[in-house]
Amino acid sequence: MSGLVLEKIDKHFGSVVALSDVRLEIAHGQFVCLLGPSGCGKTTLLRIIAGLEAPSAGRVLLDAEEITEQAVHKRGFGMVFQSLALFPHLTVGENIAYGLKVRGLAKPEQDARVAELLELVRLPGLAARHIAQLSGGQRQRIAIARALALKPKLFLLDEPLSALDAKLREEMQIELRLLQQQLGITTIVVTHDQREAMTMADLVVVMGDNRVQQVGAPLDIYRRPVNRFVADFIGTSNLIPGRLREGGVEVAGARLAVAEVGPGLAEGGEASLCIRPEEVRLLAAGEAGANRLPGRISFVRDLGATVEISLDCAGTQVLCLTMPEQHGQFRQGGTVTVELPAAACLALAP
Amino acid sequence: MIRSAPRGRDHVLAVYPLAMLAVFFLVPFGIMLAVSVFHRVQGGFYEPGFELASYARFFTPFFGGVLGFSLALAGIASLLCVALGFPFTYFLTRMPRRRQVPFLVFLLSVLSLSEVIIGFSWSILLSRTAGLSNLFVALGLLEAPAAWTPGFGALLAGLCYLALPYAVLVLYPALSRLDPELVEAARSLGASPLRTFFTVVVPVLRPAIVAALVMVFVFTLGAYLLPQLLGQPQHWTLSVLITDQAIYQSNLPFAAAMAIFLLAVSLPLVGLTQWLGRRRSPAP
Repeated sequence: MSGLVLEKIDKHFGSVVALSDVRLEIAHGQFVCLLGPSGCGKTTLLRIIAGLEAPSAGRVLLDAEEITEQAVHKRGFGMVFQSLALFPHLTVGENIAYGLKVRGLAKPEQDARVAELLELVRLPGLAARHIAQLSGGQRQRIAIARALALKPKLFLLDEPLSALDAKLREEMQIELRLLQQQLGITTIVVTHDQREAMTMADLVVVMGDNRVQQVGAPLDIYRRPVNRFVADFIGTSNLIPGRLREGGVEVAGARLAVAEVGPGLAEGGEASLCIRPEEVRLLAAGEAGANRLPGRISFVRDLGATVEISLDCAGTQVLCLTMPEQHGQFRQGGTVTVELPAAACLALAP
Repeated sequence: MIRSAPRGRDHVLAVYPLAMLAVFFLVPFGIMLAVSVFHRVQGGFYEPGFELASYARFFTPFFGGVLGFSLALAGIASLLCVALGFPFTYFLTRMPRRRQVPFLVFLLSVLSLSEVIIGFSWSILLSRTAGLSNLFVALGLLEAPAAWTPGFGALLAGLCYLALPYAVLVLYPALSRLDPELVEAARSLGASPLRTFFTVVVPVLRPAIVAALVMVFVFTLGAYLLPQLLGQPQHWTLSVLITDQAIYQSNLPFAAAMAIFLLAVSLPLVGLTQWLGRRRSPAP
């Protein structure tokens, strides 16, 4: 297939396993986020794609051509590093032109391309500045411009926005996404921030425990996590322990219908009912019906824009996210009926 | 009042280093400066006076030759030490910290050896009777054992052995702070490892490299024992000459003048390092 293909990638450092059996297909023009907690192997995977690490086993293919053993400098990928790694002894213009110079471009062409790139990252006229004179956000853009100078086949970014403050980070996420759409370049970003991944990505690769947990569009992953890890890592999930019964989950004697049963579950075996807090609905006590359980309100956290209500329900804590105008009747210590709509429920392996 | 108290203490604190500087540097240097313009009494010692006779002796071909040789020797030694020490330190700093420790301990233990021991060890190592050449003969690499000492090569080897740990210690902090991502960034931009080394690693570390060069240069410029142990008389440096004049010829004014001249050559070099250090652009 055209695009980037990773086949059964394994990587270990001595006896420490960093990646195990990673398979991934990335089509051209996609914006992909490798998302996972620290130490999950996402940076190692990016470095393997870049050629900065060799996999212990497996193959890396680009447009059906194997590049597993190809040296970094022959791959022609652009990379933005976590520290940005701007050359402190060179000016902004010289930093951006570094790759062009290596490629042997004539000086006037270099200058023209540098001006073009500075325009692209919206920092025109900064070519003569020194790196030390730039702000954090400016450095970020220069690092992006430098990586894009050679019109790379792949654009790789390792936690590129982690050094920026929260507000600037959100702005840069949008900017990076727009830039990628404008250029149509295949982009892979490593991040541990799910908001960042949701903002930017066409395709999210959730990594945990040194393997790929789930691959999919951001909303698909949010709505249909395939296991507890993903449900827990992406957003907040209620995970209510029970048993699988006739395609539903039995919790405290009541069978709750679910929209989907995840992989690896057997009838009668332990299962978790997974539902997002914003899908949980509260009704007055005693209103019986399908997929409803009695509950008691243990805490109300009114955040203004939203209200988080913690419930004791079937022996577990259930979180309900609701709007301020709807919670007036629900007070701490009150009893309620908790509805878990079947369409929003998933049965996952415990 | 409250604010003036710590300031007053600062003055008190400054007294100690100032006193140390005066006792161990300013006073001896003043005496040396004075002696250098005193009148030498032939066959005796010296008497107070003011004449530039000692300084006038610099303008002789012999003196120029010795000075030129001393500077060239120190220059070659510093280039060699940095050329050897830089890759060593570079690879050392790329190792995990735990594995660096034995190397650093070994390096520091070399510093504890006295110049005399190093000099005699090298002269044995390079001698015809008991030296390395016998080993090479045994291995079939040489026809007959050779005497490699005294000679220029032996002198250079000894000086480099003596100064290499200093070069490494000067380079070490800067190299261990070098961001490995700088190298990777250059590689991802298409630069080969060699090109990366010369266009990124060396320029970024230029201040440390210059500091190491000057450090070894000044250090070897002052060496006076090794040239006598490992070199022939034509390999004697200015420092040997100073020792010779001061101790064997009893010409203290001339020795003092030469010492001051040596200092005058070394000081601008130290200044040069400072200037290059200030020009260092801060890391991102």
